[in-house]
Amino acid sequence: MPMKVSRLGAALRAAVSPGVLARVGLMAVIAGPLFAVGQPAQADGELNLYSSRHYDTDENLYKEFTKKTGIKINRIEDKASALMKRIEAEGANSPADVLLTVDIGRLWAAEQGGMLQPIKSDALNKAIPDHLRDPDGNWYGFSSRARVIFYDKDKVKNPPKTYQDLADPRFKGMVCTRSSSNIYMLSLLAGLIEHLGEDKAKEWAKGVYENRARDPQGGDTDQLRGIASGECAIAVSNTYYFARALRKDVRDLSGKTDKIGIVFPNQGSFGAHVNISGGGVAKNAPNKENAVKFLEYLASKPAQTYFAAGNDEYPVVKGVAKAASVGKLGEFKADTQNLDKLGVNQAKAQKIYNEVGYK
Amino acid sequence: MPARTGINWLGALALLIAVILIAPVAWVAFSIFADDQGTLAHLANTVLPGYVTNTLVLIVGVGVGVLIVGTATAWLVTMCEFPGRRFFEWALIVPLAIPAYILAYAYTDLMSHPGFVQSTLRDLTGWGPRDYWFPNIRSLGGAIAMFIFVLYPYVYLLARTAFLEQSTCYSEVSRTLGHTAFQSFRKVSLPLARPAIAGGVFLALMETLADFGTVSHFGVHTFTTGIYQAWLSMDDLVAAGQLATMLLTFVLIAVVIERAERRCAKFHQSRRIRDLYCYRLSGPRAWCATLACLTPVLLGFILPVAILLNLSFVDGHNLFTERYAVLIGNSLKLGFFAALAAVAPALVLAYAARIVPGSLSRAAGRLANLGYAVPGSVIAVGILMPLATFDNAVDEFMKATFGISTGLLLTGSLAALIFAYVVRFMAVALTTVEASLTKIPASMDEASRTLGQNQFGTLRRIHLPLLSGGLMTAGLMVFIDVMKELPATLILRPFNYDTLAIQAYRLASDERLAQASTPSLVLVAAGLLPVIILSRRIMTTRAGRRTSTSRPETEPAL
Repeated sequence: MPMKVSRLGAALRAAVSPGVLARVGLMAVIAGPLFAVGQPAQADGELNLYSSRHYDTDENLYKEFTKKTGIKINRIEDKASALMKRIEAEGANSPADVLLTVDIGRLWAAEQGGMLQPIKSDALNKAIPDHLRDPDGNWYGFSSRARVIFYDKDKVKNPPKTYQDLADPRFKGMVCTRSSSNIYMLSLLAGLIEHLGEDKAKEWAKGVYENRARDPQGGDTDQLRGIASGECAIAVSNTYYFARALRKDVRDLSGKTDKIGIVFPNQGSFGAHVNISGGGVAKNAPNKENAVKFLEYLASKPAQTYFAAGNDEYPVVKGVAKAASVGKLGEFKADTQNLDKLGVNQAKAQKIYNEVGYK
Repeated sequence: MPARTGINWLGALALLIAVILIAPVAWVAFSIFADDQGTLAHLANTVLPGYVTNTLVLIVGVGVGVLIVGTATAWLVTMCEFPGRRFFEWALIVPLAIPAYILAYAYTDLMSHPGFVQSTLRDLTGWGPRDYWFPNIRSLGGAIAMFIFVLYPYVYLLARTAFLEQSTCYSEVSRTLGHTAFQSFRKVSLPLARPAIAGGVFLALMETLADFGTVSHFGVHTFTTGIYQAWLSMDDLVAAGQLATMLLTFVLIAVVIERAERRCAKFHQSRRIRDLYCYRLSGPRAWCATLACLTPVLLGFILPVAILLNLSFVDGHNLFTERYAVLIGNSLKLGFFAALAAVAPALVLAYAARIVPGSLSRAAGRLANLGYAVPGSVIAVGILMPLATFDNAVDEFMKATFGISTGLLLTGSLAALIFAYVVRFMAVALTTVEASLTKIPASMDEASRTLGQNQFGTLRRIHLPLLSGGLMTAGLMVFIDVMKELPATLILRPFNYDTLAIQAYRLASDERLAQASTPSLVLVAAGLLPVIILSRRIMTTRAGRRTSTSRPETEPAL
């Protein structure tokens, strides 16, 4: 027994020599802030924003809001699914006030998962068209973008007029798209499932894949670059990537946009596929009032200019001028089916892509 | 049996640490018992077989690649003399500072169809855009190349340490017995360095398995992209967890096989270290050696950095702003604290495995390693869920008992983020600490005990001084990994907390690669310093010197 005690004593003395103590103390001082509470969930004049928008230009938008209202914005940015997981885990104590996403599918899933709450705002209802917001007020769209067809004017004399045309065998070896698990590709197919039915949609996916100029890869800009460098004759991309190349220097694309033509598909039928960047108030928002203020601010005219023009998107509020780059794309008829269908059909779309072997 | 008490105490601590570290992984693994929405069956019937094949090709390709490049360069710079050797000694490590996904951005810019190489080729030859065949950088082969370029330093580092620490007696004996330089490498040095090399390959492969950024940028579908697809596209986190569990099981089996196979061999070495005898290469052989060492540095560092520099020159951000100062500060801070937080438990685990008899303490170490093979997002969810549950329970309790709300104590704090790093990168720290601990012969422990030191005295007076280099190496490797880490940082960080990696990702995911080059370059530069320190550390771990006359063997002071 005595031996045990002396051993332990020696060990303790060894561990607690003055030098060690001093170092531990120092560490505690340095590391202190690490263990302080992450953030106050509720503080007057603050707003906690969970955003999957990744556009640098949004900084100005937030600064302007703070300047106007005195409300400070705290931000976390990640993919929407990850943010939703965080909100779900945080539960009743979640500091999230507003969730912003770049795809309606995610907003719809957040609503389904009970992470959003309905709000009543006349300002929002007046500013935003019916088909770009949830009837119950769970979510609102603040800018929209279309997913359209681009083509090489030299090589394609008779470009595809509809999404269905992309699957036409006459375009064999010409079509470039990004990978099927990308959210924009999923939403596009989800919309077609609604319009054409699952079987037709599946045939379509198969046909487009068989027409591929190369294996699906890269982002939307890379599809456009593919036309510029001549690897692709036809490409599918969101409008703002092309408009951006018109406005500012995009490597390997700007300066070569003259030979690229744009088709807003299905103008004779259901219209071009549009998606929104939008948001809603979180279920357990500790600063609900500020959250509503923020959403109303996003629908205000000056904010619409930032929010949409900063990323070359279409503003949703009528009477707000389009950015010059966006204006060059021309007018088009947009698909006005209820956007939540894109969310409902998303998993189905991925399954179809998988079944036809779309990479 | 007084000695037992201390030992049991250590074993219990090791077990506790392992349990804490494995908890997030276990949280994910338990999803195997939940019901998915048929996603798993769908994936298995459609794309999963292809993903599995891709993954197998990927790990075989990367494994063989890093093994050859890492071991060959390590042996050359340690055992041979050739032009540029001293430069390559540290330069061979620098690709470690580049995240694989950033390397992928850089090479895409250079090698893709609109890129410099192919457009120059078209200009020179007059070929049309689709008239010729050119290897596609965005492919499985391209991904393998990316991983080899940035991950071979793991093998190089550990193999080099092992070669440096090898007693020259063995190779001298082998030379006396008539072996050529190469034979002595193959028959003596290599088998002796095998645990270290295996450790390096293992780290490289685990990192490859956990990668999402690189393969998804290339459009290559692997098991990990399958996990993400189940979660993000099909909204089925249960299926994602089940897939992650399969991946882990696969890794665990590989670990067990590897360990079992070399259990019979004891790798303690004689400390009879004298000056390293090196082969002086001359003529073409020397230049071949130079070329062999230059190629990985060129492809893994110089070329990609040149591409990034060019990009940032064309259309980069202004670096000298307050914003970048904050980003750099945050990245360094996270790396520093995570390194400290990872090395201490790694030491306990490695130490317990050494002195506590029984397989339990060894198993603890093996399990604690697993986090490295789990994709960052998955482990982040595995941390987020139990942590937030704990926070909410505390809040409930405090409200009910004292009427005060504590809110979320840990969720969204830096402590939670650092915990995530420790879970994720324990393998890096543990492998390094273990490797240097194996090098200390058991006879030294026995001598120390005979001279009246207890277990703690032996640790403090024998092992820690001998291990200090290894601990520093472990800390630096964690530091570098944390700087590059992305998915767990994204989801677990506090409000308004951006890092260099996050800034690079934000811009890249918005397809603004040119602007992303600025934070990428800063990230590389910030990672260079620890890499260079690391390199210097390894030089000093060796008791004997490389040149000049022999020195007496250094004895640790008792």
